[in-house]
Amino acid sequence: MANSPPALILRTSTLAYLGVMVVLPLTALTTQAFEPGLARFGQAVTDPFAWHALKLTFATALVMVAINAVMGTATAWVLVRYDFPGKSIMNALIDLPFAVPTVVTGLMLVALYGPSSTLGTILGRHGWGIIYEQPGIVLALLFVTYPFVIRSVQPVLLEIDRGEEEAAATLGARPWTIFRRVTFPTLYPSILTGTALAFSRALGEFGSVVMVAGNRPLETKTGPMYVFGEIESGNRHGAMVVSAVLLASSLGILVTLNLIQRGRKV
Amino acid sequence: MSSVGGKRLRSSIFRPQSLLIGVVVLWFAALILVPTLALANKALEGGFRPFWNAILSSDARRAFALTIGITALATVVNTLFGLAFAMVLVRQRFWGRALADGIVDLPFAVSPIIAGLMLVIVYGPNGWLGSSLASLGWRVVYSWPGMVLATLFVTLPFVVREVVPVLREFGIDQEEVARTLGAGRWRTFWQVTLPSIRWGLAYGVTLTVARSLGEFGALLVVSGNILGRTQTATLYIHDTIEGFEPEGAYAASVVLAGISFVLLIGMEQLRKYVEVRESGQSE
Amino acid sequence: MGIAVRNLSKRFGSFQAVDNVSFEVPEGQLVALLGPSGSGKSTILRIIAGLEPADSGEVELTGEDATNLPVQRRGVGFVFQHYALFRHMTVRQNVAFGLEVKKVPKPEIQRRVDELLDLIQLAGYAGRYPSQLSGGQRQRVALARALAPRPKVLLLDEPFGALDSRVRDELRTWLRKLHDEVHVTSLFVTHDQQEAFEVSDQIVVLNKGKIEQMGPPQWLYEHPASPFVTEFLGAVNVLPLDSVLSMDEVREEAPLPLDLPSQDGPVMIYVRPHDLDVLRESDGRPGWFANLRRLTPLGGLVRLELRLHGGTDILVQLTRERSQELGLVESEDVFVVPRNWKVFHDPGESLVPDYVI
Repeated sequence: MANSPPALILRTSTLAYLGVMVVLPLTALTTQAFEPGLARFGQAVTDPFAWHALKLTFATALVMVAINAVMGTATAWVLVRYDFPGKSIMNALIDLPFAVPTVVTGLMLVALYGPSSTLGTILGRHGWGIIYEQPGIVLALLFVTYPFVIRSVQPVLLEIDRGEEEAAATLGARPWTIFRRVTFPTLYPSILTGTALAFSRALGEFGSVVMVAGNRPLETKTGPMYVFGEIESGNRHGAMVVSAVLLASSLGILVTLNLIQRGRKV
Repeated sequence: MSSVGGKRLRSSIFRPQSLLIGVVVLWFAALILVPTLALANKALEGGFRPFWNAILSSDARRAFALTIGITALATVVNTLFGLAFAMVLVRQRFWGRALADGIVDLPFAVSPIIAGLMLVIVYGPNGWLGSSLASLGWRVVYSWPGMVLATLFVTLPFVVREVVPVLREFGIDQEEVARTLGAGRWRTFWQVTLPSIRWGLAYGVTLTVARSLGEFGALLVVSGNILGRTQTATLYIHDTIEGFEPEGAYAASVVLAGISFVLLIGMEQLRKYVEVRESGQSE
Repeated sequence: MGIAVRNLSKRFGSFQAVDNVSFEVPEGQLVALLGPSGSGKSTILRIIAGLEPADSGEVELTGEDATNLPVQRRGVGFVFQHYALFRHMTVRQNVAFGLEVKKVPKPEIQRRVDELLDLIQLAGYAGRYPSQLSGGQRQRVALARALAPRPKVLLLDEPFGALDSRVRDELRTWLRKLHDEVHVTSLFVTHDQQEAFEVSDQIVVLNKGKIEQMGPPQWLYEHPASPFVTEFLGAVNVLPLDSVLSMDEVREEAPLPLDLPSQDGPVMIYVRPHDLDVLRESDGRPGWFANLRRLTPLGGLVRLELRLHGGTDILVQLTRERSQELGLVESEDVFVVPRNWKVFHDPGESLVPDYVI
């Protein structure tokens, strides 16, 4: 049945679609990025603006991931283990960042922290800049990746065998010890998955960051913003090179994650 | 005599840490809720009338019309692809299946800006396919077909990823039974397969729509960022915020956020259905 | 007293799971909490352990009030139905856990773990993970883990419920032997009457959150205080009063051996299948003429389904020898004589006083 004519048509047409839509553009980018040669590739990457943009992207992503690992786990914990007023509403709203367009996210943050807002002026007076400064980027990333760790940890927490925790309690362990020695070891793969996905997403985030970052080349210009800038100014090769680096990083993370998960199942 | 009253706790060994709950809820409010409210506040700052006018301005209406059009087209195409490819992945064995499975997930790893760049390379006037298409008189990049392509790219995985697990869970047995009872391939699909995967499918379609409505980065690159170019709702927001009348941007944002919110509720409901479905069928 | 529980009550929403329960487990004894599902037995156990708070009542462990102590400080060993072994730790690490929490020095921990592994006969398995053990082995490790920190009291929640019947039998015997060696005050929960009989010194029978009766197994079997206990502890025939009043061969010299209660109201007579004798002909004692409908050999026993002259159906259990002695054949007429029975006025009324410990 798998090789009957209709099945074959289905297979070939869908694979063709996949090929044209995904494989073709990716191949085009990679080949064109390396076409002028390895040396030129290296030059484009080490260009001070490009290099800084890449560093900024990774740094902000790392900060975001560190915060998210803790807050995301804590949020999942609270949602699964406790009851409190407004819980079901909050649970439903966790996915809001998945649904909201990134430009709108950026605009939300500008509305809240921008120079023309009350909060923004108060913070500005104390010297705490959010918009047009690096903290703004981290904030945007935090919003956009908020659900990743939570939704990764939640199902695992729900499945966990409470008996193990209760057994530890009967053996004298206090709540923090129970978490550290019994719950966390079971939980950390899902935390890792969530943070890996969040990190990968953060590397490529544009819409919200461009609204919030203000486009200052050696200060607040992230990788994707640099790519966009180079496309606009006609430096397509520079754009492609940095794109290739960002792509490789994202893909690398996802592939590693996949392999680890598969290894665990076996 | 002692008395331990109160609600039954979910777990007696972890006493409710009000501090922890408070911190978590506060974090949620500060990160998610407050910005949302700030947006609504900003949009309605001048009053309801200017807000309403901004939404109904011709530019805004045209932008939304384009967004809806592109979304509709992309959703239909990728739903068809998603259904078909899910069937291929789950029901067929062929060389390279695992690879194809991996390739489907690739758009998730690609930044929208990079997606736009890739499309310009391939379909731009000097591009691999673009040059040939141009000679036929078809402009892809810097025109709406390019925008459709960009949206197709970023929303490609959703339907496939949501349908595949439900299809796997569903099992081939029912289809085989239908065939022993004489049902043809098409009838089997419509009356047996499709109904059993409908929640996963609905969830995938909802995700696709939400993502299409919100696509920005790739569209920015592919539409060329020239003054007066065709705008989607997201591009409209980006263009007007820089200008002298940012109310339009805020108004459009509120509309988009509102639609997203409705989609979100839909997503949540569907997610529950899919979960119930999966747990019920694994019995 | 090893364990003492006074006026314990707990409700879940509108469901009263435990209703004013009080009982005591003497030091060093192994007592079973026996009852059908929903009788509250697991809830009581968990309250004693501190895993659930009671709505009201007191818990005392080895003479000290433990009602307000958190579970960590009660010194209870708990064994779960589904083992609850720490999946990511080896057998050794599992057993050592309670000692590590107490900050016992490492060499001492080592010694104690080895000692316990010997006790449970899994000495070579120290480095294995729970997933590499069989169900019976896992439960033994769970027991060792619970016993390692020398708990005051051992609590077991349907410990053999998740095991195959053969493994279950082996472990029951093994648990009894272990208890005879270790002598820790133990309370275990089960819904299996046979298990309670095999393993425990005493049984507390529970129904719908209340205690029905307490006592040593055999005594309970012979002196059940209520229809529930009678029916729960073994097969029994339930006869209406008329059947007994219309017994055959009743006359002045051989009166009806029945003490009817003084009050009015429906009365039921409970008689065990093995408390009925079957004869080919009447021997003058009060009994019933009956017809043998069906004879089913069950290995060392034989089950007879009889219909009494009045129309009531009755089950009798004979040994294989007795049955062969009689040489019965289906649809024969026989005479049935009761050796022993219990009269209950109305469901719930107790006619026999509780066993006093």
